Amino acid sequence: MSEHAPLGGKLFTKPFLFFAVLFMIALAFLATRFIFGLGSVTNLSDGYPWGIWIVIDVMVGTAFGCAGYAVALLVYILNKGEYHPLVRSAVLAGLFGYGLAGLAVMIDLGRYWQFYTLLWPGFIQVNSVMLEVAWCVMAYIAVLAVEFAPVLLERFGFKNLQQKLSRVMFLIIAVGILLPTMHQSSLGTMAVVAGYQISDLWQTQLLPPLFLISALLMGYAIVPFESILASMGLRRPLETDLLARLTGVTLVVTLFYLVLRFGDLLWRGALGLAFAGDLDSFMFWIENILFVIPILLLAKRSNRNHPRLIFISAVSLLLAGSIYRINTYIVGYHPFAGAEWHYFPSVGEMMVTIGIFSFEVMLYLLFVKTLPVLHRA
Amino acid sequence: MATKIQESDAHLDDYVSSLGGISRRDFMKFCAGITATMGLPASVSWQIAEAATSPQRPPVIWLSAQECTGCTESLLRSTHPTVEQLILDAISLDYHETLCAGAGHQAEAYKNHSMEQNKGKYLLVVDGSIPVKDGGIYCKVAGKTILDHLKEAAEGAAAIIAIGSCAAWGGIPSSGPNPTGATAVHKILTDKTIVNIPGCPPNPYNFLATVLHFLAFGRLPELDAKNRPKFAYNRLIHENCERRPHFDAGRFAITFGDEGHRKGWCLYKLGCKGPETYANCPAILFGDVGAGAWPVGTGHPCFGCTEEGVGFTKGVHELADLKTVTPPITYPGIAEDSGQGVSTGAAALAAGVAGVAIGAGAVFASRLGKHSDDADEEEQQD
Amino acid sequence: MALNRRDFLKLSAAGVGGALCTGNAQAVQREPKEMPPEAVGMLYDSTLCIGCKACVAACKAANGMPPEQTGETDIMWDTPIELSGKTLNVIKVYRDETVPASAQDTLVKDQEQGGYAFMKRHCLHCVDPSCVSACPVSAMTKDPLTGIVEHHKERCIGCRYCVYGCPFGVPKYEYNEAFGQIQKCQFCSHLQAKGEIPACCDVCPTGASLFGKVSDLQVEAERRLAKQPGETYVFARGILGGDRPPHEARIPAYRKELYGDKELGGTQIIYLAGVPFDKLGLPTDVPDYGYPTLSEGIQHMLYKWMLAPAVLLGGLAYVVHRNTRNSHESEKQSGSDSSSEGGES
Repeated sequence: MSEHAPLGGKLFTKPFLFFAVLFMIALAFLATRFIFGLGSVTNLSDGYPWGIWIVIDVMVGTAFGCAGYAVALLVYILNKGEYHPLVRSAVLAGLFGYGLAGLAVMIDLGRYWQFYTLLWPGFIQVNSVMLEVAWCVMAYIAVLAVEFAPVLLERFGFKNLQQKLSRVMFLIIAVGILLPTMHQSSLGTMAVVAGYQISDLWQTQLLPPLFLISALLMGYAIVPFESILASMGLRRPLETDLLARLTGVTLVVTLFYLVLRFGDLLWRGALGLAFAGDLDSFMFWIENILFVIPILLLAKRSNRNHPRLIFISAVSLLLAGSIYRINTYIVGYHPFAGAEWHYFPSVGEMMVTIGIFSFEVMLYLLFVKTLPVLHRA
Repeated sequence: MATKIQESDAHLDDYVSSLGGISRRDFMKFCAGITATMGLPASVSWQIAEAATSPQRPPVIWLSAQECTGCTESLLRSTHPTVEQLILDAISLDYHETLCAGAGHQAEAYKNHSMEQNKGKYLLVVDGSIPVKDGGIYCKVAGKTILDHLKEAAEGAAAIIAIGSCAAWGGIPSSGPNPTGATAVHKILTDKTIVNIPGCPPNPYNFLATVLHFLAFGRLPELDAKNRPKFAYNRLIHENCERRPHFDAGRFAITFGDEGHRKGWCLYKLGCKGPETYANCPAILFGDVGAGAWPVGTGHPCFGCTEEGVGFTKGVHELADLKTVTPPITYPGIAEDSGQGVSTGAAALAAGVAGVAIGAGAVFASRLGKHSDDADEEEQQD
Repeated sequence: MALNRRDFLKLSAAGVGGALCTGNAQAVQREPKEMPPEAVGMLYDSTLCIGCKACVAACKAANGMPPEQTGETDIMWDTPIELSGKTLNVIKVYRDETVPASAQDTLVKDQEQGGYAFMKRHCLHCVDPSCVSACPVSAMTKDPLTGIVEHHKERCIGCRYCVYGCPFGVPKYEYNEAFGQIQKCQFCSHLQAKGEIPACCDVCPTGASLFGKVSDLQVEAERRLAKQPGETYVFARGILGGDRPPHEARIPAYRKELYGDKELGGTQIIYLAGVPFDKLGLPTDVPDYGYPTLSEGIQHMLYKWMLAPAVLLGGLAYVVHRNTRNSHESEKQSGSDSSSEGGES
């Protein structure tokens, strides 16, 4: 038998219904958006054409979804087989993160019915960073689906197909590592063309590596976050040993990120902006202090066995990476020409984002209870 | 009040019967028209009528300097009142080179006599600019420079009106090269209030209304910074022009006789100075012949005859500087506030979500603490 | 055999690119684009603008755009305050804010201190446009001959990356339409195709908006700057070098520079003004190359012929294959047949 098993149990629990209600509210707002246009629900304007639907649902959402990428890197490239029990839930997190990001994109696109032009050879514009991101994300969703396929095949007993698939799986896995490397960095490159409109605290040509590494960090953070959450919520034993070792990797990468981040700021002479005392500098410090917290908490090796500290560190990293993205694309974005623009997400926008995350939780509960996702306890 | 009106009624009846040809009705129409020109309430017509029929007609001395007689000609063509009504009944025109009954020494003698007799009471009207170069020798009347005439007459004048652009700001003679040193009246009589009625020619009703205001109330009408009666000169032609909608819609005549010109479009591109010229031309028109009887109405761009620095100074086809945009209140600023900031509901929701998340996280973390403590204990037990 | 951490970091660094290795933040750049040979453009001379908004009205008529009411609801005419999905061209005013409202009529035109100046906002038709570089589906194109930057709504997916990226804030989206589209000035290409000139230049009474070939307009702008203030000058109207009657006026006190010849790689709309350009809402603290040179620089370095990704994929596939083969063998040895992707712990 497999080392993974469905959890079983009642599906329509109280938390599940609570999230279902949130999701229904989001659906009502979405109906409004599709009937009366984006402006009826969102606070998007020509100054801030991208709001939280793009930055949180897509950019942060896919970074959360990097769990699959991060763990695959560990297991298959660094050959740390001991992390293998995490692969399935990580791939599932990736599938949710990316799938729902794709959904969010379709909601946010102004002319969603012409989405096919992204695939039309006569129309594609190969210099566009967004084209690359779009293709990579679409391809990666497919790859994640294939990576996740063994779970379904195993559940429904297609042994033969499963074995065939496992023979080419190395290629799928390789593509599954390549694609996030490409598009998570490109999500950073996308901001480069905005030029002076993004504060020098964030605008740099090092955005691609910074976005890639922070996505990796968020991927590493989502694994213990989800694992601990699942253990507690679903009353399963903690995989403390595994998480402790993963934490070690995370710390090194965080340190590398911070060196690169501040080295770049110093090299460009932009660090002075961090002491301007405005909203930008405030958010800058929140962002970077959140990156530093895990290092402070977990520098001592003995602390890495402490689930509470691991959990706080993971949350801290997730927040740090999220705020880094929000800062780059919204807080640090100051459209200069034309007007004194303002943006803060509307209730509708937030409810849709909350609804999408609720949907993700519902799907997660559905999957782990009915499919062999989680490692056998 | 009633008795006063009855008195003036009786008085008017006398006056009307003495007029011979003119009906009482026509006369009252004239008074009402003058009142309306000045923008005064209708009840004032009575005062105007009284002033116009006062048995003691105010004496007027009219000096002509470097001028073309256009101002007088335009006055001659006014129909309400006609010039004969004015000079025979409303005022006592004691000296006017064009309209004097007498001539030569006789006229000069009468002028001096009148000025002496009515010292401090007479109205001085000047048309034409005053040459000051070389001692003012370029314009002489009766062997004396007009400069001296002016100074002499100004001495005993109750009020001084400079009629026409030449007298008001120099007009044609003063625009380069100005060989005679042509100067506006107010620049010579710097110690007195001069009412300027610019225009080339000025609208006669602006002049008549000013005179009758003075007669009726004993003081001059309200004046603007350039000492022009506000009732006539505080409106920009551009803002009262019948072609303004075409300007706003961007429809301009480009050459004389083109399609736009024939359709009555805006004449700005042809050099119309309406946007920088203050006068009531579009409101009261010229010549009493009905609608459209003013330069822009007939298809010719305003050339700014009333406005110093515009008429006779700027080229006819040179474009006007727009005055309407100062103060520029109707334009959006370079960076207006746009987009939607934080609303109460959104802030509450964001704060609520953050609160729930932090609360849940804290509770969770504390439970985790317990959990790990348990684990530690278990380990110890092991 | 496992890669050590150091090797892994090296690998990812190579994948992410030379930007990281060179350490030079602005080093990765593609060649800036050149002005198209027959580029047409506009010279907007703020000092000539009288703020009549004829261009705003004509623009709406020529492009079939609806009126836009902003602010108080009893304003019954078109009052756009910014470019939007309904407005492709708008006249704005700079005003010295230190002058109190009561003394507004003392403001002097084209003067920074105690003055005001007009500004016309619409697409600048960049030589190296960010929107064209950003658009994933070629819905923004730059004409290779005339250089006009045009939007094709039939391709557009509505991602609004052009809105986000444009350094001049020009493309606008119709947020209040169920099936909205991007709107921007297309330099009246539909009129130019008929041999006419853009509507705003066509109606401008003073020649403040002057149509012409960019090279000619630059010469004309330099000529104006070379004159002394107060000198009379014959200003062309509508189109530079056309047969429309010009008008004579005095040369105003220009700032001795023009905007658009080099800013962000150059624009096909050139500006002259009497007040500093940043006061008129033009970004002045910008490099003399377009931002696409940076973003495309990164992209071209990483994805030229997809070479780097292919090499990386090869490497990854090799490593993954080796690592999973090991585990397959171990699985076979242990007789397990159900494990999917391996794992050796």
